[in-house]
Order: sequence, then C-alpha cells, then structure tokens
Amino acid sequence: MNLHEYQGKALFAEYGLPVSIGHAVESAEAAIEAATKIGGDQWVVKAQVHAGGRGKAGGVKLIDSPQAAGDFAKQWLGERLVTYQTDAAGQPVSRILVESCTDIAEELYLGAVVDRASRRIVFMASTEGGVEIEKVAEETPDKILKAEVDPLVGAQPFQGRDLAFRLGLSGVQIKQFVTIFLGLAKLFQEKDLALIEVNPLVITEEGNLHCLDAKVVVDSNALYRQPALQEMHDPSQEDEREAHAAQWELNYVALDGSIGCMVNGAGLAMGTMDIVKLHGGSPANFLDVGGGATKERVTEAFKIILSDTNVKAVLINIFGGIVRCDLIAEGVIGAVEEVGVEVPVVVRLEGNNAALGREVLANSGLNIEAAESLTDAAQKVVAAAGGVQ
Amino acid sequence: MSILVNSETRVICQGFTGGQGTFHSEQAIAYGTKMVGGVTPGKGGQTHLGLPVFNTVYEAVSATGAEASVIYVPAPFCKDSILEAALAGIQLIVCITEGVPTLDMLDAKVKCDELGVRLIGPNCPGVITPGQCKIGIMPAEIHLPGRVGIVSRSGTLTYEAVKQTTDVGYGQSTCVGIGGDPIPGSHFIDILDLFEKDDSTEAIVMIGEIGGTAEEEAAEFIRHNVTKPVVSYIAGVTAPKGKRMGHAGAIISGGKGTADEKFAALEGAGVKTVRSLADIGAALTEITGW
Repeated sequence: MNLHEYQGKALFAEYGLPVSIGHAVESAEAAIEAATKIGGDQWVVKAQVHAGGRGKAGGVKLIDSPQAAGDFAKQWLGERLVTYQTDAAGQPVSRILVESCTDIAEELYLGAVVDRASRRIVFMASTEGGVEIEKVAEETPDKILKAEVDPLVGAQPFQGRDLAFRLGLSGVQIKQFVTIFLGLAKLFQEKDLALIEVNPLVITEEGNLHCLDAKVVVDSNALYRQPALQEMHDPSQEDEREAHAAQWELNYVALDGSIGCMVNGAGLAMGTMDIVKLHGGSPANFLDVGGGATKERVTEAFKIILSDTNVKAVLINIFGGIVRCDLIAEGVIGAVEEVGVEVPVVVRLEGNNAALGREVLANSGLNIEAAESLTDAAQKVVAAAGGVQ
Repeated sequence: MSILVNSETRVICQGFTGGQGTFHSEQAIAYGTKMVGGVTPGKGGQTHLGLPVFNTVYEAVSATGAEASVIYVPAPFCKDSILEAALAGIQLIVCITEGVPTLDMLDAKVKCDELGVRLIGPNCPGVITPGQCKIGIMPAEIHLPGRVGIVSRSGTLTYEAVKQTTDVGYGQSTCVGIGGDPIPGSHFIDILDLFEKDDSTEAIVMIGEIGGTAEEEAAEFIRHNVTKPVVSYIAGVTAPKGKRMGHAGAIISGGKGTADEKFAALEGAGVKTVRSLADIGAALTEITGW
C-alpha cells in the first residue's frame, strides 16, 4: 500500500527526522491560511498523488505569496495529475501539501527496500539525488552505495557512518546522516514497510541534511497490525475496479485488451493471459478468483470483467484442485444467468470432476463453450473475440 | 528415493484442529502420509482424526519423533509457529498460509538457516512425493509416482505441470511448491540442488513467474551444477510493470524481474523453455527422448 508524501513526512517527523514544516489542505482557503501560518516569503506547493514525476507534470510549484498557494490549490484540487508514472487518465488530486521552502545546495538519495536476493532490508545511498534512482542504478551502478541490515541485530550506527563518509559528507553532517539512517531503519521495521525513499535528501545552503520528499510503501500483508497506517489508505488513488475487486477478495488488474480472463490461482491467471496473447489475442485483465470459486465470487468476477466495455469474450480457466469442477460449472451458469452475460464465454475445466463439469455446461443451453484443453480454450476465445489481432 | 519427504517421514500439523488443518490432514492421512499427530495450544491430550493433539511442538516431537511439520495457522501467527517448530527440532517445515508479513519471514528465514532447518513456503501448495507422502493442499489424484521433479512458485501452475507429466506417463519424483512470496523459505536453487542429487529424479520442470531474480540465480546455478535436463516456463510475459499480479512476489519493479529477462537467462544456461504452459509435457519428451 502506498502512502502520500504528506503521510510519509508525518511518519518521518514522528521518528525525529528533519522534514519541512507543512500542512496538507483540501481547499484554496486552507492553502492560503497554511502558507500564512507557516510564514516566510517563499513556499512549495505539491499535489498529493501516488506517483512520481510530479514536478515535471506541473504538480509541484515554488510560490512567493499565500495567494499563489490558493491559486495552485484551485488549479489542482479535483483535477487529475498525469505524470510519466501514471496512466493517461492520471491520478486524482484531493490534497495539496503547502510547505516552507528549503534552500538546496546538493541533492542526495537515501532509500531502503526488502532485497529479495539477499533476504535483508538493504539501504541504498547515492550522491545522485533528485533523479530516477533506477536510471542511476542501471547506468552507473558504482554510484549506488549499499548497507545490509541484519534482521537479528538491526541497523547499526557504524553502517550509517560508513555510508556518510562514502557519500563525502563531513563534520556535523555525519551525525545528522546517522540519525536519519537509524530513524529510517527503525521506521521501516516498526511500521512493516516494503520500501522507503528520501529522494532527494538535500544538503541545505547552511550545510544541514533535510528530507525533502518521502516515498513510503507499506507491506499490505502486515496492515492488520498497523491500524494507524490502515487509516492512511486512500482508495481514490487506486483503479476503481481493482479496489472493488479487492473488497471481494478477488485479485484483479485491468489491462487494455479485449479478452476477459477469470482464473483460479495467480500463476495460472498470468499463464492464461500469456497463452491468450500467444494465440493472437489480447487479455483485458488479470483476475484470480482464488481457491473457493463459489457462485457469489464468480458472479462478482463477471460483473467486474464486464464493466470493462472493451471485453468482447471471456475465458474462464479453472484447475479444480480440491474444489469440484461440476460445482464450479454450476456457479458459472448461475452467474451467467444472473449477470446476463452477452459476450461469448469459453470455459476450460480441468482436474477434480472436470468431465462432469463440462457436461453440466454443455447441457445448460447458454452461450457457453466448453474447451477440451488450454490451447483449445485460447484458440476458441481468440476466435470468439474477433480473431487474431 | 525422492527429495524432502518419503513414506517414512513422520509429519505433524500445526493448526491441526482448525478448518484447514482438519480438512487437509484428513486428505493427507487418506493418501498414506505418515501423520503422527498435531498441535493446537490448549487442546493437548485430545484425540483428533484418530491422532494425538499436543499443546506444543516440543511435546509433539518428544512423543512422536516427528521430523516434518505442516503449518495451517493464520498469517499473523506463522512466524511464531515456524520458530516454534524450528526450535523444537523439526527438520522440514512446510508453511501453506498466504499473507505472512515480509519482515516476519526475514526473521524466520534467518533463524531456520542458522538451525539448518528446511523451510518451504509460505503461500505455497506444499510438497508431495507421489504414492508416499503428501504434505499440503494439492489434489492427490493428478499425481503419479515417476521420474520428473517439479518446482514452482505457483500452486495451480504446478498442478498443470503435474497433470501433463502424468498424462504422458512420466510421473513425478517429488513436487515442491516454493510459494509466491518475495521471501520464500526455500529458493529454486535449494530444490534444484536436491533434485540433481536425487537418483529417482531424471528430469526437472521449473516454473517461475515475474518478480525478483530467483529464476536468474537458478539459471546460473543450472549452468554450473545441474546435469539433468530442465524444462522451464515463466508466467507473466503479458504482465504490466509495477502491478502486483496476485502473488505478493509477482511484481516487476524498477523495470526488473520481467519474464523476458528470465527466459533469456534460462535459455542462456541451456534450459529448454516453453512459451505456452500447455507445452511442458511435450518439451520434456523432446529433450529427454523418452
């Protein structure tokens, strides 16, 4: 689960990390008030969306009057911000972060992820801050400094010092960096994070370290023990259908093809998309109905798939492990009758009671085609959706 | 022979008297798995499915000599259950549960490694040596004792590979679902190593998916250490970047972990890859000459 910048910075502040004074506001009046309250003669206003690249897209602005904060809020609140990281529709802006302005001398990068290969939380630091770190990692990997956190003892001050010296910091900055490093590590572990990024971590003109941005991703599996983070969930930033599917414990990801897919199991759901593509079709979605493909879940899955108007045919691919295919077939028939599915439906059933399941489908009198194999299913659904594209 | 489990493996179940634990233990017993008991704190001394229930794993191990444990407890309690089993002397822990917090797995994995305990999963279908021992939620009837070792990050894709190898009559030596989480207890390499050393495994099917670099590491391992023929399929060629595809670990992040990269790495290591998951059986026939 992603957090907004203002939420991430609130966490940073809670852990004693240096962030700008700021207020997240929801109206132009509140923006003016926030800037006045913060004081000074320059402010930064930032549209709050779950995507990077806001600066280039016009979602971040340096202003020199409270009135300009109000104007920026008026311009963006209720609108959608399109960046290189969003889709063409962009992300809705419902809050603006108004912050005090920071004088920047240098921009660094500091971040941490759970590294799958080393099975550790790994910190990365670089002198190349303020830009896409993936690009830096690809083009100049030697500019990324790393520190692994041992799960049994946690992050240690010497690791912070080591990174600080290698970044070329000096004097009071060393101590400041160690504080930030240890604070981020504590935050990462206590709040069950999957990723944290301070990009940029700046050196101000006075020579102090300051966290200018905050990107925080929380491990969704751990939300049950992070009630405060659960409260920060902003469903407006997610695809509407994906959020709806999640309520039904269906894993759905929208794609831009014409063949709707309903599958049990995440791996098989990907495999089904791939085989559709291999046979010249184009998948409209990823959808895992999970182990218990009941009539209710299948019905809901149909509704979600068909809410995408690009869908011209639906492929249902079920490998009945423990669950019986004839029961799934009945669920599919019930769902097709209830939802009123008008596009062709191809069903491939395999596993437990598959033959009986196919028979049930064949006798239903509905526009449901039973496939003999996975390849057969892919070919049939591609043909039903209008042939090879 | 086989890997990890055989007809002699004594197995207990943690979360034994719960819904999942009961259902799948019944299936395992019916299959012939040597289930010797189970653990549910507070229900020690009772009998469930004709087997003794213990309050702690330590008691269960002391009383039954159990070597393996299968975990069906809810995700918030998995780290505790894994550590309890590992410290009680269990040698093979199979965690089926989905949704275990990643940081819990970092801790559990380090401790299991330190103790030399083999951990499979979480978020996996389990392990089966057909005809001998079934630990997990996989459907028994699609399996056939035989000569192909199967290792996979996905449950239903494992079943597809099992079905195809059964249909062509090759059967399976052992099938291992390593699970779809970013921090699995065992990686492809761990299982490939066991298959390479196992006499009854003559060929290997490895099923990967997008996310992480476990397949690339496996390719490097195969290049240097595996002499047996390997067929591989990677799911997620059509998956968009930055989107989690059902499994917690199935995500292309920062442009890394794509199916194309994984296919390329495996092909570079001499692995026979298939672009359609329906072609796994045929590819085995092609490279083994069976």
